[in-house]
Amino acid sequence: MAGILVFVEQRDGEVRKASLQALSEAKRQGGAGGTVTAVLPGSGVGDIATGLSAWGADKVLVADDPNLLRYSAEGYAEVVAKAVETAQPSAIFFAGTAMGRDLAPRVAAQLGVGAIPDAVALTLDGDSFNVRRPVYSSKAFAEANTAGKTPQVISLRPNVFAAEETGGSAEVVAIDGLSLSIRALVKELVVVAGEELDVAEADIIVSGGRGINGPENFALIRELADALDGAVGASRAAVDAGWIDHSHQVGQTGKVVSPSLYIACGISGAIQHLAGMNSSKIIVAINKDPDAPIFKIADYGVVGDLFDVIPPMVAAIKAL
Amino acid sequence: MNCIVCVASVPDTASVIKVGADGKGIDEAGIKWIVSPFDEYALEEALQLTEAKGGEVTVVTYGPAHAEAALRDCLARGAHQAVHVLGGEATLGDSLTIAKVLAAVLKDREFDIVLCGIQGVGTDCSQVGQMLAVLLDLPSVAIVTKLEVGDGSLTAEREVEGAKEIVESPLPAVVSCQKGLNEPRYAALKGIMAAKKKPVEKIEVASLGIEEGADPFYRVESFTLPPEKAAGTIIQGADDPSAAAAELVKLLREEAKAI
Repeated sequence: MAGILVFVEQRDGEVRKASLQALSEAKRQGGAGGTVTAVLPGSGVGDIATGLSAWGADKVLVADDPNLLRYSAEGYAEVVAKAVETAQPSAIFFAGTAMGRDLAPRVAAQLGVGAIPDAVALTLDGDSFNVRRPVYSSKAFAEANTAGKTPQVISLRPNVFAAEETGGSAEVVAIDGLSLSIRALVKELVVVAGEELDVAEADIIVSGGRGINGPENFALIRELADALDGAVGASRAAVDAGWIDHSHQVGQTGKVVSPSLYIACGISGAIQHLAGMNSSKIIVAINKDPDAPIFKIADYGVVGDLFDVIPPMVAAIKAL
Repeated sequence: MNCIVCVASVPDTASVIKVGADGKGIDEAGIKWIVSPFDEYALEEALQLTEAKGGEVTVVTYGPAHAEAALRDCLARGAHQAVHVLGGEATLGDSLTIAKVLAAVLKDREFDIVLCGIQGVGTDCSQVGQMLAVLLDLPSVAIVTKLEVGDGSLTAEREVEGAKEIVESPLPAVVSCQKGLNEPRYAALKGIMAAKKKPVEKIEVASLGIEEGADPFYRVESFTLPPEKAAGTIIQGADDPSAAAAELVKLLREEAKAI
């Protein structure tokens, strides 16, 4: 067994950025001494299969079937299991998206191996990876492995590993002979209007907390986020007050994020919130209270009223 | 509608995490143990289901002695039965072994649905529900924020990036619950008193044919804290917020190269 199999996720014919990151990382890791094989389930996805070579795939296994148009854990896991039979990889990479983190444990349990989620660094030791992953919502880090079990099932945290377009060509091979006995099936995908960019995937996040005083003021947070092409985040206080949907929550009972820029507005910085965002590359805090704990981990801070600071910030960014 | 709820006993989310003596996990001194917050949504959903449709809620945990308090908390909120598989210290974070233990407990029990939280706070793996489903040959739905259970089937809303997936599945199934699904109830004094008298079934993990640590699927080699951050640049913006905003944007552009 050698090589890395990478699960490639697409939505409506568009490959998720996090999957390209996983493919590129597999390539950078030299395919763990073998080839990098992409596995792509979907319906009408033949066209995007050939493009995957540019991001690091040496070979692409495609399962193109109308029954795979929408996600099903069982159907997609069967596709990956078939690909494992063909590719005989020593590791299987998933992007740590909602889909990847649902599928990876299923595939692992079917193969009778463990799975390691949320990798932020990978070190190849012989033909086996040691995985650095945040635990306790990034209050700590564990260096872990699969205790010798292969293939190693690993999901990679989005936006940590770079996607690199390197060119190249790949052989595209169809996977057939699927039984696709699917019980739990996605019937419909409802895109939340205007919120295509999720905090878990965003490179820039602007978050609002208790200090924004009410749900209507998320418009101001959104204005700053839009100026930066970023996503809107929130503290638990703002979510629990009912000001914004939970899918925006950053923190220990929300999403753990590591964007390149995190701007916390009116967030004091409870330990649970800090845990969810302290691995962001650059942290900015805007808060009236100079003693707010958020300033202790901020790279840049403005002590001031966010309602006075954000509008000129938006203007200054637009003027860049 | 008989519901199984799998819960984990985890450090309070307000805990300050320190490295333990073996360098491979946390220092447990002074840690307050709680029901993992995501598991509270699973329990609440099960309680509401049995209130509407009859049946019983059985909570199951696999953990050391402190996990009994988590079960008592669930009983106090209204769970009918509790099962405590003793152990789990050597298999912390080893999702497949945890799933095997739970599967061994559940395989001979009758249930319509298994509910768990999306992840145990701390190990943050988010894997046990799906693995348990595979071992029991059941369908699973994870990250569920809305659930409707009908006759022999369920419809769930699953939170994905920037969208919701509407999933249909036959029962029994394993459902991993996310915040937003419901508002968990607190235990009332009457419930707390009643919970003290309810029995907790104790199972030794060895009696399930599983030897802890003998065949691990996950091994932690080291456990470290993130490096301390250097002090940042703080701009006083109370008097002239526009000037502070302009300075911040300049720093982010020229120094941090973040925008």
